[in-house]
Amino acid sequence: MEKLKYALFTGCTAKQSTPEQMLSTMAVADKLGIELVELTEASCCGASHLQDYDDFLSLVLNARNIAYAEKHGLTMVTICNTCQLNTAMTKHRLDNNADLKARVNEKLGEVGLEYKGTSLVTHFLYAIIDDFGLDKIKEMVVTPLSQFNIAPFYGCHNIRPSELQNETHKTPENPYNPTSLDDLIIACGGQNVDYEEKNKCCGFHAELQAPHTAAVLTGNAIAGAMDGNADWMVTPCPLCHLKLDTQTAHASTAIGRDVALPVLHMQQMIGLALGCTSEELGLKHHLTKVDFV
Amino acid sequence: MSTNAITTQKVNFNVFRFNSDVDYLPYYEKYEMEVTSEEVVLDILNRIKWDHDGSFSYRRSCRHGICGACAIQVNGRQTLACKESMSDMVELFGNELTIEPQSKKRAVKDMIIDKGDFWEKHDAIKPYLISDVEEHPEHEHLVTPAEAEELNEADLCIQCGACHYACPVVEINDDFFGPAAFAKAYRFEADVRDDAHDERLQELHAEKQGLWDCVKCMECAEVCPKDVDPISKITSLHNMLFKEGVATSNVATRHAVGFKHSIARNGVLDEGGLVLYSEMAGIVKHVPVALKMFSKGKIVPPWGITKSDNLDEIKKLVASSSTAKF
Repeated sequence: MEKLKYALFTGCTAKQSTPEQMLSTMAVADKLGIELVELTEASCCGASHLQDYDDFLSLVLNARNIAYAEKHGLTMVTICNTCQLNTAMTKHRLDNNADLKARVNEKLGEVGLEYKGTSLVTHFLYAIIDDFGLDKIKEMVVTPLSQFNIAPFYGCHNIRPSELQNETHKTPENPYNPTSLDDLIIACGGQNVDYEEKNKCCGFHAELQAPHTAAVLTGNAIAGAMDGNADWMVTPCPLCHLKLDTQTAHASTAIGRDVALPVLHMQQMIGLALGCTSEELGLKHHLTKVDFV
Repeated sequence: MSTNAITTQKVNFNVFRFNSDVDYLPYYEKYEMEVTSEEVVLDILNRIKWDHDGSFSYRRSCRHGICGACAIQVNGRQTLACKESMSDMVELFGNELTIEPQSKKRAVKDMIIDKGDFWEKHDAIKPYLISDVEEHPEHEHLVTPAEAEELNEADLCIQCGACHYACPVVEINDDFFGPAAFAKAYRFEADVRDDAHDERLQELHAEKQGLWDCVKCMECAEVCPKDVDPISKITSLHNMLFKEGVATSNVATRHAVGFKHSIARNGVLDEGGLVLYSEMAGIVKHVPVALKMFSKGKIVPPWGITKSDNLDEIKKLVASSSTAKF
C-alpha cells in the first residue's frame, strides 16, 4: 500500500490541555507508517463559539486552514470532532455557494491565499477506517486488549449532522447506531461495550454557561459506561475527553452518584494495542488515573 | 416496467404500552409482523391497532408529513411515522425495532404524550408576526424573494416536536425553550415585516431558558423531518443578538467574543485565558480542577502557548473580515 500522507490540523486542545493526544497521534501515525504534515500556520476553528459571534470571520479562518492543506495537495486530517465539524461545514458551505466562496476568497486574497475546494477534510478515526483499514490494524496488533471491556464514546460532532459528515466518510456512519469506534475497539482485540449514551452529548460546549446541564450529561455518559461494565472509555474527541476525564466531581454531584472511569483518546487505545509505551502515549496526563497499564 | 419489486421481511416490534388511568408503570408488548418495503411506520401503528389490539393509542391525522401529529420514537430516534419508511428503519437498525412515544415521561396513553411543555415554549416566543399595520392599507407589504430567502426554510416547521424531544437540554432544564421554539422565533426575527425584533431577542437571551444553554449536540438537525435545521437558526439568532446590540455581557457572550480576541492574539486559542475572559471573577470555581490539571501537565501557561505560523495573516484577516461588534 502506498504510504498515506495527510495535512494534520491539530486544533488547539492537542497543543494545550490534552498534550497526550498530540503525543499519541504522532506515536500511532509512526507505528502505522502514516505521514502527517502539521499545518503549523492553522488557526483555531472557532469551536462553534466564534461562529455564534462572527460567522463570516469563522468561514474565512477555516477556509484559510483548508487553503494551507490545499497548498500541500493533501487531505486535511483533524483529531478533534469539533474541529472536524467546523472545518467540514465551512467546506460544505463554500463548495455549495459560489457567492460566499467568492466573498471569502476576496478576503483570503488580501494575504495571498485562495480556497479552491480541492482538499478533502476527514477525522483521523475515519482516515484509519476508510484509508488504512481495520484489517491491517488487526494484523499489526501486538498487545490485544482482550481483557478489557471498552466503552466507545463517539462525540456529537463526528456523527451529526450525518448528511454533512457522510460527505467525508467513505463508510457512512449511522448517528443512531454508530459502529466505527466499536469496530476499532474490536480490531484492537478489546470487547466493545454497547450502552445508550455512547452517541450522546458530553455537554462540553455548555460547560461555562450551563454547568448543571453539562454536568448531568457528563455524569449520564460515564454512568452508562459503568453500568455496561466498562473498564474504561475511549473517544476520538479531545473535548469529550476533557469533559469525561476532568469533570467527574461535578458530574457525580449533578447526578447523585459517584462516577469515574479512565477515558482514553482513540489514539492511545490504538497505541496500546500496537505496543507503544505508556510514556509514548502520555497516559500520565489523565486526571482519572489510567491504572491498568 | 419497474424493477423495484415489493419485498417483505419479518420484523419484531417491542411496543411501549401505558395507560395513565390504570397503569402504575409502563410495559412493552411484542408483535411479530411481515413488513412490506412499501410501508411507513404509521402503517405499523395502524396494523397494531387494527389487527392486534384496538386499545392501542397514537396520534395521526394528515398522513402527508404536514400536520406533525404522528411523531414517535423508533429505537430512540425521533421519527415522523407517516414519513419514515420501514425499509429505512430496518436498514438503520435491523429487524428488532422498539416503538416508543416521543417522551416516555410525558406518556398519557401509549404513543400519546402531553405536549404541554412544547406548546408553552412555542407560545412564549411570540410565534406570530408583530407589525403595526394600517387598518386600510393602500398597498400590499411586498417582500422580495431575497428577503423571503432569509427565512431559510424556518417556515417549514410542522411543530411535530421531534427536535424538542430529541434535545438533551429539554430533558434536563425545564425552562429551556428548546430548538423548535428557537427555529420558530428565527422565522419571525428574519421576517422584514416583523417589528418585535429586539423585544423577542431579549427573551431569547434569557439565562436558563435561552439560546446560550444549547449544548450544540446537533440532535435537532439530525431528527428534523422537514430539514428546518434548528441549530443553524440558533446560530443565526446568536449572531443577531450581537448584530442588533441586544447581547449583554455574560459568561456565554464573553466566551463567544473571547475566541476572536484569542485568535487575533495567537492564531490558536489560549484556553486558560479564554476561561478567565469568559468567567471573570467566576474563575475561582474552576481553580480546584485547574490545579489538578496543572499537576498533570494539562495546562499550558500563557507564555507557553505555541502561536500559529504566519500570524500576521491571521491578524490581518481578523481585522478586515470581522464585522461583529461587542
